Amino acid sequence: MYGGGTIFEKPENKDLVNEDPVKLQEFEDRIERGEKIEPSDWMPSLYRKQLIRMIEQHGHSEIIGALPEGTWITRAPGFRRKMALIAKVQDEVGHAQLLYSAAETLGKTREEMINDLLSGKSKYSNIFNYPAFTWADSCFISWLVDAGAIVNQLANARGSYGPYCRALDRICAEESFHLKYGHHCVIYMATGTDIQRKMMQEALNRWWKPMMHFFGPPDKMSVHTELLMKWKVKMATNDDMRNQFLDMYVPKILELGLEIPDPELRKDEETGKWHYGDPDWDEFYRVIRGDGPCNAERLEVRRIAEERGQWVREALKKAETAYVTPLA
Amino acid sequence: MNKTALKELLFKIADDQLILGHRNSEWTGLGPILEEDIAFSSMAQDKIGHSYAMYQILEELGEGDPDQVAFFRKAEEFHNSQLVELPIGEYSFSLIRHFLYDHSDFLRFDMLRNSSYELLAQVSSKIRSELKYHTMHARTWVKKLGTATDDSISRLQNDLDALMPYALGLFEKSPYEEEIISENIFGGEEELRSRWLELIAPIISKTELVLPDPEGVEPVMGGRIGKHTEYLQPLIDEMTEVMRIDPDAEW
Repeated sequence: MYGGGTIFEKPENKDLVNEDPVKLQEFEDRIERGEKIEPSDWMPSLYRKQLIRMIEQHGHSEIIGALPEGTWITRAPGFRRKMALIAKVQDEVGHAQLLYSAAETLGKTREEMINDLLSGKSKYSNIFNYPAFTWADSCFISWLVDAGAIVNQLANARGSYGPYCRALDRICAEESFHLKYGHHCVIYMATGTDIQRKMMQEALNRWWKPMMHFFGPPDKMSVHTELLMKWKVKMATNDDMRNQFLDMYVPKILELGLEIPDPELRKDEETGKWHYGDPDWDEFYRVIRGDGPCNAERLEVRRIAEERGQWVREALKKAETAYVTPLA
Repeated sequence: MNKTALKELLFKIADDQLILGHRNSEWTGLGPILEEDIAFSSMAQDKIGHSYAMYQILEELGEGDPDQVAFFRKAEEFHNSQLVELPIGEYSFSLIRHFLYDHSDFLRFDMLRNSSYELLAQVSSKIRSELKYHTMHARTWVKKLGTATDDSISRLQNDLDALMPYALGLFEKSPYEEEIISENIFGGEEELRSRWLELIAPIISKTELVLPDPEGVEPVMGGRIGKHTEYLQPLIDEMTEVMRIDPDAEW
């Protein structure tokens, strides 16, 4: 599950001065024609750098995203939910595996990526810095955070880097099941008993702002990414993706009798754009800088898991020695 | 057919699988490497699915809705072995438990394919075919880590020593053992225990690990008749936390 939006640094002109102009032109022509770039193909170093950054952050979002939902597996109500939630979270961890492999084709190892996650150098989707207080929060994540991720990932699957696109095709197919599962859970909550409806509404109230943050700051506040869009690294603007999400899901949320906690939310029928109240972008930047409700805890949990697993990874490095001695 | 005996057998299998599935699912998101994280989640899912199949058979036999029967009992009403309820500990602990338990689970279902209770025999064929992968997974990792570094070998050995008495508790005899065997419902715990030892001993002997002498170990019994460790009730409370918020609700 991944929202993008804050991944990119502003490309500088100097980033391209050392590139061979002929090769650069060929590269851009290939992308223009809709060809995929493969690991052994020539690519500008800025393209490589930004892709590693994006794919690695996507991978981190999957394993950190497994934490707020994973914590509800042991408490999931009944067999059906329990089995589905384990399967879902397992999928997310599997996505991390796929994505780290895709990023490795660009020259950064999984270990390096995980070290950068733990040191705070590399980020993950901001939304996972918020806690899942109740079962209803986990239902919100499974439905709407996954829905947002699909909007982003379907766009990225049309990008230019072959291994990332192929990973995303598989990921999106799995996420569509998550969406069904999450929607099913939310339907039961929102149309259930008074207690359930209250739980679901409260979860929606807690998660709406982070959900608006999920797609990144408005285009007018974001880094210019024209070059990255031309290279099909970034496929849609933050506002476009947020708008698409609102188009698809606001009616579905309202249909369930839930209230969206934003009195200013409305669609301008002329422009087709949604207007929404300020979801507190200062908070967004504060959380990205590390000062959110769960930043420290999420990284600490991950760090302890890595430390406790260190001996296993060390043991795996030991080669099988049984068959190497020549007989004569 | 002796229905009480049959139900007793089904409950202990179902409860073992549900509780171990719950424990293994605690690794989701926290495994030592991604591949193991995924493997433990996958096996947890299977275990819980297998237990669900057993509770469904119990429903056929008049025990009611699996979501009620499985979750809304007190610890002393659970028939699982104490082996499966122990906390997950370090990865080596969970791995050794998985190795010891899954080989017995595989053999139990292998034997149950011949059960005179046809419904159970049919389901067992399918479950056995899935458990083949669980045992393959356990063997691969025990062989690898049991021969790798001094550290990995000593960790596995410590956990093997600690868990062997609990594993032998898996074969605690039912009060209806004679009926179960004479009516060909199941070949019995004694038979299962000896087949289990025959299966695991050669695997362990190919590693640097030493299998504790089963005759020199006092098995931890009692789980099958509702005697449990302090860890089971909190696990059940956690498992039912959401459902208890509104027991009449559909979740």
